[in-house]
Amino acid sequence: MITCYIEAIGSIFTKFIASVGRLFLFFASGVGQVFTLSFQTNKILDHIWFIGAKSIFIILLTGLFTGMVLGLQGYYTLITFGSEAALGTAVSLTLIRELGPVLTAIMITARAGSAMAAEIGVMRMSEQIDALVTMQIDPVRFVFTPRILAAVLSFPLLTALFDMVGIFGGYLSGSLLLGINEAVYMDRVIHSVKIADIWGGFFKSIVFAFVVTTICCYRGYYSHVNRQGEFGAKGVSLATTNAVVQSCVTILICDYVITSFLV
Amino acid sequence: MTTPPFIQFKDLKKKFGDLEVLKGVNLSITKGQVTVVIGKSGTGKSVLLKHIVGLIHQDFGQLLIQGEPLDRLSKEKARQFKKKTSYMFQDNALFDFLTVYENIALPLVETSKISDAALQQKVHARMKQLGIEGIDNKYPSELSGGMRKRVALARALVTDPEVILFDEPTTGLDPVRKKNVHTMIKEYQKKFGFTAVIVSHDIPQIFDLAQHIALLDEGIILFEGSGQELLHSDIPEIQAFIQGKESMAHG
Repeated sequence: MITCYIEAIGSIFTKFIASVGRLFLFFASGVGQVFTLSFQTNKILDHIWFIGAKSIFIILLTGLFTGMVLGLQGYYTLITFGSEAALGTAVSLTLIRELGPVLTAIMITARAGSAMAAEIGVMRMSEQIDALVTMQIDPVRFVFTPRILAAVLSFPLLTALFDMVGIFGGYLSGSLLLGINEAVYMDRVIHSVKIADIWGGFFKSIVFAFVVTTICCYRGYYSHVNRQGEFGAKGVSLATTNAVVQSCVTILICDYVITSFLV
Repeated sequence: MTTPPFIQFKDLKKKFGDLEVLKGVNLSITKGQVTVVIGKSGTGKSVLLKHIVGLIHQDFGQLLIQGEPLDRLSKEKARQFKKKTSYMFQDNALFDFLTVYENIALPLVETSKISDAALQQKVHARMKQLGIEGIDNKYPSELSGGMRKRVALARALVTDPEVILFDEPTTGLDPVRKKNVHTMIKEYQKKFGFTAVIVSHDIPQIFDLAQHIALLDEGIILFEGSGQELLHSDIPEIQAFIQGKESMAHG
């Protein structure tokens, strides 16, 4: 009986180690090919369009409402200490240091990351990835490398957009709705935010770009290996779900780790 | 000294979990010939074919290319062999997010430095030969099954390969289209002289095309020879297979 439990635990552990090993090899192979082969400009532009440009609306929307909620909550918290004038500081630093990079990455995961996992998963199930192998085309270079480059360019730009719109949202609820002096709000924003905060936010967004693209592409690419008893369309849907959940959890873990080094 | 066969399976075995699909396959494929592998569904014909392009690796035995084991060839030699080999998948494996033109052009775009004009000329030549002109901008999902087959065939032929592996190239086609595909393979094989390995169920139509036939049954090659030899074989299992009877020897 005990040996059965030990065997089961051992099996789970070895599968986990094998999966992590595959993930790192996949990542290294994809990133390594950025520098070795001819630049896939058209494909990178296509993916920038899909990951970046097509996410603008959702980022504007979530950024605006996140900033507005921060303005509201911040105002009613700060007013109890008589320091509502610090609302600009609270909103801008919260957004630039934490919420901007994290929420942007989570929104892109939901919109583009899930699509990446599903698209590559369907390619795997319909033998399109095998077809690449038979044509002597490196499948990792074909499906992963352009996406990771596009993500590394898109994530920081979308984060910057999220931060700006969020600060504007804080201004809408704090100044226009609740009456904080507009000049004071903007002055606090300008004087509280240091260049190190902005670089920190960008650094996080670049790390999240690697995390999201690697996990989502990996899940789709190996949907035939990690299928946990699910085949075909169900296998793809499971890969997509796993990709989104694991990306979001990893974003939050990475955020904590990076923040602990930056503060 | 005799020349070794172009491709040779030597006691090749392959297991998936507990299921042993190939139980010691011995088969020789001659250069420039059309070899047809027949057998019941699920006997491992596609598995056999996928060993040649490296999609599946054997557990035991050897796959020899001109007498040298494929897994021991130098990287460059293995790359050269695979570059000269095309594979036509049973379900076509066309890229559904690319147009017909992009699908056919993909192997050339990704693996060679061909000019746009030369690429267009080559792709359109293949499309014309296969009767699929004028559908450059259509997506595979907008085509009929027969058209998709021809697009897949055009993609397999566009690199001027020396070896083409066809995994059930006529599945899902009507008898007229089936005959067309067979004729097309026969004509192109004559014209270009490539080595063809075809997995098929089209008995006896495929005999017109085949120069060499192998019957795979229960994980081993039960018969090798010509179509006529197969038809006149007195092995009961072979006759049962040809006549479409359920019981085969090892079954």
